[in-house]
Amino acid sequence: MSPVFLNTLEVILNGLMAGVMYSLVALGFVLIYKASGIFNYAQGVMALFAALTLVGLQTGQVPFSHLINAIFGTEVHHFGWELPALVAIVLTLGVMVIFAILVERLVLRHLVGQEPIILFMATIGLAYFMEGFGDLMWGSDIKKLDVGLPSGGSFWLEDVTRGWAAEGADYYGMYIDLLDVWAAIVATILVVSLTLFSQYTKTGRALRAVADDHQAALSVGIDLRTIWVITWAIAGFVALVAGVMWGAKSGVQFSLSLIALKALPVLMLGGFTSIPGAIVGGLIIGVGEKLFEYAIGPMLGGATENWFAYVLALLFLVFRPQGLFGEKIIERV
Amino acid sequence: MTHTVAEAASDDLEYAVKEIQHGIPPRVIGEPVMEMKHITLRFGGVTAIKDISFDIREGEIRAIIGPNGAGKSSMLNVINGFYHPQEGEIWFRGKKRGPMKPHEIARQGIARTFQNIALFKGMTTLDNIMTGRMTLMKTGMLSQLWWWGRAQAEEIEHREKVERIIDFLEIQHIRKTPVGRLPYGLQKRVELGRALAAEPKLLLLDEPMAGMNVEEKEDMCRFILDVNDEFGTTIALIEHDMGVVMDIADRVVVLDYGKKIGDGTPDEIRNNQEVIDAYLGVSHD
Repeated sequence: MSPVFLNTLEVILNGLMAGVMYSLVALGFVLIYKASGIFNYAQGVMALFAALTLVGLQTGQVPFSHLINAIFGTEVHHFGWELPALVAIVLTLGVMVIFAILVERLVLRHLVGQEPIILFMATIGLAYFMEGFGDLMWGSDIKKLDVGLPSGGSFWLEDVTRGWAAEGADYYGMYIDLLDVWAAIVATILVVSLTLFSQYTKTGRALRAVADDHQAALSVGIDLRTIWVITWAIAGFVALVAGVMWGAKSGVQFSLSLIALKALPVLMLGGFTSIPGAIVGGLIIGVGEKLFEYAIGPMLGGATENWFAYVLALLFLVFRPQGLFGEKIIERV
Repeated sequence: MTHTVAEAASDDLEYAVKEIQHGIPPRVIGEPVMEMKHITLRFGGVTAIKDISFDIREGEIRAIIGPNGAGKSSMLNVINGFYHPQEGEIWFRGKKRGPMKPHEIARQGIARTFQNIALFKGMTTLDNIMTGRMTLMKTGMLSQLWWWGRAQAEEIEHREKVERIIDFLEIQHIRKTPVGRLPYGLQKRVELGRALAAEPKLLLLDEPMAGMNVEEKEDMCRFILDVNDEFGTTIALIEHDMGVVMDIADRVVVLDYGKKIGDGTPDEIRNNQEVIDAYLGVSHD
């Protein structure tokens, strides 16, 4: 096999892995959008907040330590313990569930029946609040997140692929980050279990019912508030997974919340209402931007990854506004 | 008297009804399941329902009729808890009902259909009817996650009941079709199926035959009578087609401008001067 072919293959593989990470974020948006018709601007910040909480709990940080120290003149920073990753993840999950309950109590409950744009504005407010609250609670320094997932290149794959190239060719094997591989595995498990849950359980059916028609859902005995809490808790769970993966990759810092922006083109491609759409959209964008950068990037001076996804999304908006899998908007006259 | 299409349909229906009833013991009408006492409902300055009282008895088909804007749908919405009346009492199965949310009322055994069809359009017929059994399913969300087996056993049990309803309503051929793609008449039938799935103590039907052709109306009439007959389900329905109402209802309550102007058997209603005036109009000179 020629090195060019192998390089292209490597680019595609890496693109798929990156795409999985985009899909993870987009998935959180789709879940909430389907169940409550809200475009949740705070999804990215939720991922940041989840990652911050996870690191904080894992390393035994005292929450609000800066505030406490400033008020009481104390010098507390750490409890002095280290929690195992799994325990910290479960505790963080608990925090995200409490967060979901609070969002329903304090925000959604008071905005029932409002226009979608008002709910959207509320989530923008929520995003800014959480950003500040996360800083206050855990501090704004860049943190290292380590949940024990392997990272770095796979030597095994490098060795194997080196053998594929012709003897004496200028080729040193493929580089694939193990963390990306794990992210892909985790994301696959997440998506499969979410799909099974929504298709084959009572609660899943209730979630879909609420997404479809609020009045009808009430008339068959579904409590909207419970469903909203469940939806936001699941979105919080997805945010946690995304936060862990992105956090482990690039450190837990404010810029983590900006991954939400990467999810937007994914949603435009896949459609706001489709879970498979979020996945396929993420993969297309991941592969597309890596291939574009590899093949055409050098001619344009590189760094095409920054804008490629948005241009692609723009093209989709022109030719297929409902996305690949979104519900087609048919207007009867 | 001209012989209208509706009357032709109701003649056929009468025949069908007799055929169905032949050999089946007469239905028993029992005590009131639902009592509305002096209900008044206002929206801001507009009074939609003014001091209306009536009851619905166990096992009967009770029709609510009246011209457009008479307050029929509002009345149904009061019964199932979408609206809360400012005055009056609602008694259900011998107990006074406090302020309750619609989903709590659904859990008490009151199911309904809607005038403009409120189905879950993206879901299949089967899934739609399964949601109707939501109130009867016991396993909680966590056990659904951890005890996959138990949740599955419950699914199967409820699925059997749902399949029986599907057979009953003769919609086997559309079991796996997303209901958004179905024609109007079938959607109405699926909606009836979803309400039936809850095994309701009281079934509310808001214009179950609106916008249907004669054939579809006959089918729907047959289903309503069968439901009432075979399961003994108490039914309250709103309907505009007089022929149908007079044929299938045991008792009729007539509303006009939010007030009750008649209450009784179809024969009594037919001869009630106030009702005739409300429907045909009367010159006030």
